[in-house]
Amino acid sequence: MTKSNERKLTIARAMAEATAQEMRIDPKVFVMGEDIGPLGGVYGNTRGLIEEFGAERIRDTPISETAFIGAAVGAAQDGMRPVVELMFVDFFGVCFDAIYNLMAKNTYFSGGKFKVPMVLMTSTGGGYSDGGQHSQCLYGTFAHLPGMKVVAPSNAYDAKGLMTAAMRDDSPVVYMYHKGLQGMGWLGTEAGATVHVPEESYTLEIGKAKVVREGKDVSIVSVGMGVHNALKAAKTLEAQGVSAEVVDLVSLVPLDRETIRASVAKTGRLIVVDEDYMSYGLSGEIVASVTEHDISVLKSAPKRVAFPDVPIPFARVMEQYCLPNPDKIVAAWDEMKAA
Amino acid sequence: MSPTREDQHWMYRNMVTSRRFEEAIAKIYFEGKSPAFNMANGPIPGEMHLSDGQEPVAVGVCAHLTPEDVVTATHRPHHQAIAKGVDLVKMAAEIFGKATGLSGGRGGHMHIFDADVNFACSGIIAQGMGPAVGAALSRKMQGKSGVAVAFVGEGAVNQGGWHEAMNLAAVWNLPFICVIEDNAWGISVSKETSSAVANNTDRAAAYGIPGKRIEGNDPYAIHEAAGEAIARARAGNGPSLIEVETYRLAGHFMGDAEGYRPEGEKDALFKKDPIPKMRARMIGDGMASEEELDRIEAEATARVDAAIKFARESDDAAPEDALTRVFAA
Ligand SMILES: Cc1ncc(C[n+]2csc(CCOP(=O)(O)OP(=O)(O)O)c2C)c(N)n1
Ligand SMILES: [Mg+2]
Repeated sequence: MTKSNERKLTIARAMAEATAQEMRIDPKVFVMGEDIGPLGGVYGNTRGLIEEFGAERIRDTPISETAFIGAAVGAAQDGMRPVVELMFVDFFGVCFDAIYNLMAKNTYFSGGKFKVPMVLMTSTGGGYSDGGQHSQCLYGTFAHLPGMKVVAPSNAYDAKGLMTAAMRDDSPVVYMYHKGLQGMGWLGTEAGATVHVPEESYTLEIGKAKVVREGKDVSIVSVGMGVHNALKAAKTLEAQGVSAEVVDLVSLVPLDRETIRASVAKTGRLIVVDEDYMSYGLSGEIVASVTEHDISVLKSAPKRVAFPDVPIPFARVMEQYCLPNPDKIVAAWDEMKAA
Repeated sequence: MSPTREDQHWMYRNMVTSRRFEEAIAKIYFEGKSPAFNMANGPIPGEMHLSDGQEPVAVGVCAHLTPEDVVTATHRPHHQAIAKGVDLVKMAAEIFGKATGLSGGRGGHMHIFDADVNFACSGIIAQGMGPAVGAALSRKMQGKSGVAVAFVGEGAVNQGGWHEAMNLAAVWNLPFICVIEDNAWGISVSKETSSAVANNTDRAAAYGIPGKRIEGNDPYAIHEAAGEAIARARAGNGPSLIEVETYRLAGHFMGDAEGYRPEGEKDALFKKDPIPKMRARMIGDGMASEEELDRIEAEATARVDAAIKFARESDDAAPEDALTRVFAA
């Protein structure tokens, strides 16, 4: 918990601070992407960097994702440590080869002789009516493909530690930040994401989940924005005498199955909350991680609160109808108890 | 050939309609978004990309098109949609996310689709190119008339997909025209810092096709160049590339502080606003009287007002309809 006299940062500022601190000590780190220079990133996560490091290391790119993400792979293999930004994860369609056939596979193809130490930052999430090409999460899409680590912070403390860890990792890391947590006023930021962040550089271990709220009746497992929805639902449930545990995955790859299993072994019930599409994705993976390990721990069938398998609609009422929210999580609990 | 009197009236009418439409949208956009600007709020949520200043490109090109011709547009589609004859009332309702909108609220401002006039959109940069080339191919294979035009921004020419589509159109000799709206900016990144050549029509040489650049956002010159390119495509002589110097009078999207613009740039652009310029020229050339143009403006305003009123008064989309129309019925 943040005390009143402690410094709070937004995720955007935490990411920028981590990057600046790493760039000061490692000349190999540089940043490329669209509007990451003078604008400081559409989501603020490179703000102030060009002023300190100049245009040689903070490179605004043409709208050429295939070229600059591919270039990051080549630079990483040649000894640099690039940080690149894909402005919206939805844009992966124009450049995915560079990501999943090159970035993710070249270490393997070279028998480990080529390292690809790069960070691919990308924004995720909807809820502000930006339509079906600017609102997706695509966690499952990225996490499905082997060879890249995937992280998704829910708050600024984790964001800074993950960013530093990602830049120091010798493997490619996809860093998925949720627009609604970013601390950009114009996106109506979730307040719980802006927390105390220490001044000094530190790392958070990639591949470790966190129990962010302890409970004994049900485990609610989520990532990013879903963690905040889960915490709100847990409060509502508490008022009804139900003790919910909330697990923040923090990393999707590697996935900390141990922490999930331990939580569900304790509570006997599982609700997975995912803003990504329901089918073939994160929510199914979490359920499988529990059931294939030891189905006997479950007192009832697990539940998923996820985005239905439709493109994300523009109209506010339609989008809100589809998005996970605390009420839907509470309803999932009610159904679970009734079953 | 310069536009006829009738063409000029049509062009002016559509430029003014587009401008009035965007002025109305801009005003309503801020409803519910103050004191704290939050994109999620108000009757028109989400990103909003206005095309004020870029109207000459849309009207100069679309003056030569019929509803059966195909247009693909971008994240900044309103001026093109209006000039192509997209239903203004249903487009307004779409932007408000209403059940009466073009898609019933599923698409929104960056996804304007009107099958009646063969108009489609993509918010992903340069991704209108492939579908426009494909429509041109389809016309050729079916022996049907019609051409396809892809409008893109100058930033889009640095997408791989742009080059692939240009080459495909050229190698298959398709009735396709790419029109680049060069407003000098891709969000905060200038054309200078992102493109290796100053003149994108130099790139036409790479595909062995004609390329023409038009300076000064001039609706007359655009009309002429587009007329030639479209006639060439209709005659079966293959694709063309046109680049137009145009002006983005608004921010990239609404809420953009535009701190990246050099000082004075905006003021200079406003002085070159193409709408008063065209008005003055039409009067000077004896192509219209003050009264005629006043009437055109009043009619445009009335049409926009009616569209906005319809949009405001329409019912919201039904939430559960989000789950329908995913597949063809
Ligand atoms: C593939 C892809 N990359 C990035 C974006 C984000 N983006 C939206 S508009 C824009 C700038 C486009 O510039 P330009 O093509 O010149 O069009 P303009 O906005 O000036 O009309 C960018 C980078 C996108 N929509 N799609
Ligand atoms: Mg532009």
